[in-house]
Amino acid sequence: MDNSVGIVSAQRAHFDTPLTLKSGAVLPHYDLVYETYGALNAAKSNAILICHALSGHHHVAGVYADEPKNVGWWDNMIGPGKPIDTNQFFVIGLNNLGGCHGSTGPSSLDPETGQPYGSAFPVVTVEDWVEAQARLADRLGIGQFAAIVGGSLGGMQALQWSLSYPARMRHVLVIAAAPKLTAQNIAFNDVARNAILTDPDFHGGDYYQHHTVPKRGLRLARMLGHITYLSDDVMANKFGRELRHGKVNYGYEVEFQIESYLRYQGDKFAGYFDANTYLLMTKALDYFDPAHDYEHELNRALARAQAEFLVVSFSTDWRFSPERSREIVNALLHNKRRVSYAEITSAHGHDSFLMEDEQYIAVMRAYLGRIAQECAA
Amino acid sequence: MSPLTTLRPDFAAIARWIPAGASVLDLGCGDGSLLRHLADTKQVRGYGVEIADADIVACLNNGVDVIQSNLESGLSGFEDGAFDYVILSQTLQATRHTEPLVSEMLRVGREAIVSFPNFGYWKARLNVLRGQMPVSAELPYQWYDTPNVHLCTLDDFEMFCANSRLTILDRRVMTGGNEVGFLPNLLGATAMYRFKRAE
Repeated sequence: MDNSVGIVSAQRAHFDTPLTLKSGAVLPHYDLVYETYGALNAAKSNAILICHALSGHHHVAGVYADEPKNVGWWDNMIGPGKPIDTNQFFVIGLNNLGGCHGSTGPSSLDPETGQPYGSAFPVVTVEDWVEAQARLADRLGIGQFAAIVGGSLGGMQALQWSLSYPARMRHVLVIAAAPKLTAQNIAFNDVARNAILTDPDFHGGDYYQHHTVPKRGLRLARMLGHITYLSDDVMANKFGRELRHGKVNYGYEVEFQIESYLRYQGDKFAGYFDANTYLLMTKALDYFDPAHDYEHELNRALARAQAEFLVVSFSTDWRFSPERSREIVNALLHNKRRVSYAEITSAHGHDSFLMEDEQYIAVMRAYLGRIAQECAA
Repeated sequence: MSPLTTLRPDFAAIARWIPAGASVLDLGCGDGSLLRHLADTKQVRGYGVEIADADIVACLNNGVDVIQSNLESGLSGFEDGAFDYVILSQTLQATRHTEPLVSEMLRVGREAIVSFPNFGYWKARLNVLRGQMPVSAELPYQWYDTPNVHLCTLDDFEMFCANSRLTILDRRVMTGGNEVGFLPNLLGATAMYRFKRAE
């Protein structure tokens, strides 16, 4: 494979120091799974942390030896010679707490009961994730990151890092994110959650013991989410009103291609993702609002930040619109932080941040080139 | 980073107006050459504003902070009095909402600096006398593809300032890199003004 980091493997870090969460709940012990690419330099100054979005995880780049087709979710951005160049940087991807890809989450076994946590797993927030990520950084001996990078919910974590630990990174890259969700955004999340919560197979979150999975709910949640990640234009171009069998049948079976596509996406997702993790991730999105403790003044909330910022948005992203990114930019300007802002013209809606786009790649390459120069200096 | 060996003459002239350590907003900053020069030589802190994709990348490669935004929709993201200087070099004539933009420049900046091609330059006048729109190094476009919708002469601009209650603090006029003192509205190809709101 061209410019791939090649074969990678996940690692596991166990933590015994209790983590007090924002909700007040305490996780006495937990595991985080992570992957690393590239080499940490002698000065330990070239580390980059990748924060994942709702359905992401630690497998960010490369492939597994036994799964050569399982390519990391941001492999187009990370690798030798790619914008996040693994010849220059030591890149870390991890699965967040509450996840379903190996880090401790609702589907993990609670060592105290021998049963999956299920409904007993506490609600975690973006702040809690940053706390756990900081402990992983301590474990890996990284005092200050060259950059913390994230898209969507990952961008919120990157932003939160700059507030929780202002001196622990030099650069923050906030991509397709927002300083908080709008009411419309929370509404979408609530409908998605309701699909799961009202699935008869949900069993209050303890479906593992019932050997069922609330697949119907999770599938609906993903179908709804998927609509909001795409733009009207891209759906129109890709599917239009195309019919699967060339004619309508005056019934409720799948007729339009878009219906078929959404169901396929929903089924695929429901086949591997954990419903409790989906609930928890959407709640973390809803709760994120750093300005809340500052009388809703983002300017004051971001006053603590010390890093330099790159903020990127996408023109057709209506779930995390360019205007929301501009709110972050404006608050950084108010605080006289170094900040650059790129609004990428892209047809792909919110999903654009994961896509191959010439201008997007060029912007990332240019900004990361500046970071690499600083690391080398 | 390669050193800037050839700085545009109007940039060099503008740079002489900016004191060390000033804060600057450069509107239509292109590849960021001016800001880079100001940062390297005068520890000036600032941001560029640009709409063109390629220039955003060029600014980032130049180590210049740039905000991708359309000047025509105003400077709403920037706060009142946020900058010492707001610069608009060789862009004034290409703006559609010129008057509101100048007003915005002096909302976010203490002083404004503009440079523009002088339509009163004798070569331009000669072209018009001959019955054709001018095409030159300063005005390299044909009438049908020019982005320049608000061309003016030195006299026009100074009248605009008087009518808009703007105080001109300094003026430089240049032709081919040389300063022009005599009959500037006739002999000057490029004009630079530093101005503020009248007290």
